[in-house]
Amino acid sequence: MNLKPETLKQIDEVITHYPEKRSATLPLLHLIQEDIGYLPKETEEWVADKLELEPINVFEVTTFYPMFRRKPTGRRLIRVCRTLSCALVGGHKTCETLRQEFNTDLNEVSPDGDVTIEYVECLASCGTGPVLMVDDELHEKVDCAKAKQIADQIKAEPKES
Amino acid sequence: MPEQRRIIFKHIDEEGYSNDIDCYQRNGGYEVLKKAVTQTPEDLREEVKKSGVRGRGGAGFPCGVKWGLVDRKSGKPIYLVVNADESEPGTFKDRYIIHQDPHQLIEGTMISCFANDVKQAYIYIRGEFPHGAKILEKAIQEARDAGFVGKNICGTEYSCDIFVHRGAGAYICGEETGLIESLEGKRANPRIKPPYFPAVLGLYQCPTIVNNVETLCHVKHIIDMGGEEFTKIGTPGNFGTRIFCVSGHVQKPGYYEFEAGKITLGELLNDVCGGPLPGRTFKAVIPGGSSAKILKFGERFKGTSRAGVDYDMGVEDVPMDFDSLQMIGTMGGSGGVIVMDDSVNMVEALANINAFYSHESCGQCTPCREGSLWMKKISTRMVKGEARKEDGALLKSVADQIPGRTICAFGEACSWPTQSFLSKFGDEFEAYPETKKSKTEDAIPLI
Repeated sequence: MNLKPETLKQIDEVITHYPEKRSATLPLLHLIQEDIGYLPKETEEWVADKLELEPINVFEVTTFYPMFRRKPTGRRLIRVCRTLSCALVGGHKTCETLRQEFNTDLNEVSPDGDVTIEYVECLASCGTGPVLMVDDELHEKVDCAKAKQIADQIKAEPKES
Repeated sequence: MPEQRRIIFKHIDEEGYSNDIDCYQRNGGYEVLKKAVTQTPEDLREEVKKSGVRGRGGAGFPCGVKWGLVDRKSGKPIYLVVNADESEPGTFKDRYIIHQDPHQLIEGTMISCFANDVKQAYIYIRGEFPHGAKILEKAIQEARDAGFVGKNICGTEYSCDIFVHRGAGAYICGEETGLIESLEGKRANPRIKPPYFPAVLGLYQCPTIVNNVETLCHVKHIIDMGGEEFTKIGTPGNFGTRIFCVSGHVQKPGYYEFEAGKITLGELLNDVCGGPLPGRTFKAVIPGGSSAKILKFGERFKGTSRAGVDYDMGVEDVPMDFDSLQMIGTMGGSGGVIVMDDSVNMVEALANINAFYSHESCGQCTPCREGSLWMKKISTRMVKGEARKEDGALLKSVADQIPGRTICAFGEACSWPTQSFLSKFGDEFEAYPETKKSKTEDAIPLI
């Protein structure tokens, strides 16, 4: 797997945090995903080899946790909260606005490659709903007007990231 | 109206307060840890026991009792795991502690570690807090450099380190045995108790304490003021403050810290949160995170409390503490108060909740995996205009077959919303097939 030297260093360091190597499974998957953007198909074998596990042990993990993704996303990943508190204050309208702005269905890469939009469950910022995350950044009180602003900003960014 | 009493949230949103160690120490930070390491672990545990502080993650189990169950004779290392997986819908308190006042958590954690002879702690933080994880890592490093974490804490013989461990988007990791499985690098399938009580057979089959972020912050203040003094805050059996996270249909949603039981639900929603939105009236409220049973405005609760006192009160009159909320058939849980006004259709609100629990069931136990899925399917088809006359009764029948038949409390958590919505708003479910077909574009989304 083609990982940056910095990622490999972090991987070796994080394994030392645990008395049993297997505990480093989630941290390793996070580091690989942060480096590559998703988990390529050789991930399970590579992690299993690194942590002295069977690939099935890692496969169980990558298929269980929603944040691990098996295919590339758009340049930006937009995660809109779907759960009750945000829904009560219009989260679905926010999501629909974004979907139309980028002319895309949920869970797909938009035609221009700019974004992937998906619904996620509660982001634990219920008092400032509707909320969403653009990559690692939380955006609060995102009504339709603010959703449009966010979309405009993303569209104006240089295409190569 | 009662005044807020900010102990845990004292510095949250304070002008000029930053999350670095210098600011924390300027405000008296780590003085309690310095004092704690001069005492014996037994004495510290005794103070926490005396304080009666109950876990703030949801179950409300007394922290001192939890610590008392730890197997200290096994010869195995004892682990402490901070549950920072904050994921119960409606709850958003730990987020602010982690982001704005991380050293308060670290100090509380180190005091708790010392009190329990812990040599290694982990903070399990939900995957959706990437900045929170970085902030904690930076704060731990600052504390390490200053001698409050790591080797020879405060110049003593005692050493203990903390590492941050990120989750990856699964709600069930908030359940303590699921969290332990996840920390071991596996699917977060909760473990069966007995035999896997964390206090005896937890992380790596060693005795393990799992405490919520807010609970550990309380420990710092308990050791600071003494267990006895702590019991002067709040009400008997519900000592200390509670942070209420209010969301949904109120004028001023947000987080508010009050002495437990010293404020009623009506005061919280009307006086503190400014009441309903203009032209609307309150219809229902979920008082302790989305799995807590819903309360209907207008219903009355009558009975005799455990203390032998007769009560007759409406939703607005209920004191906000663990015992009062339990007495009227719901729970204080994690402090997440979700408010719904008269614009909300209860069938749609339940469909939203059912979609959540169906998505988050770990899939280990058949009643929960299949039951949560069927509750979602039935409520989804109702909202999509395909409701059948018998759907309300069918939902209830599915929900009734889950609790008590699963390894962990998720079985209860996923069935309580359906059970309580049906018992209190059954007429809406009955009438839904006829009344709602025209309004589906306004419906709360499901998937």
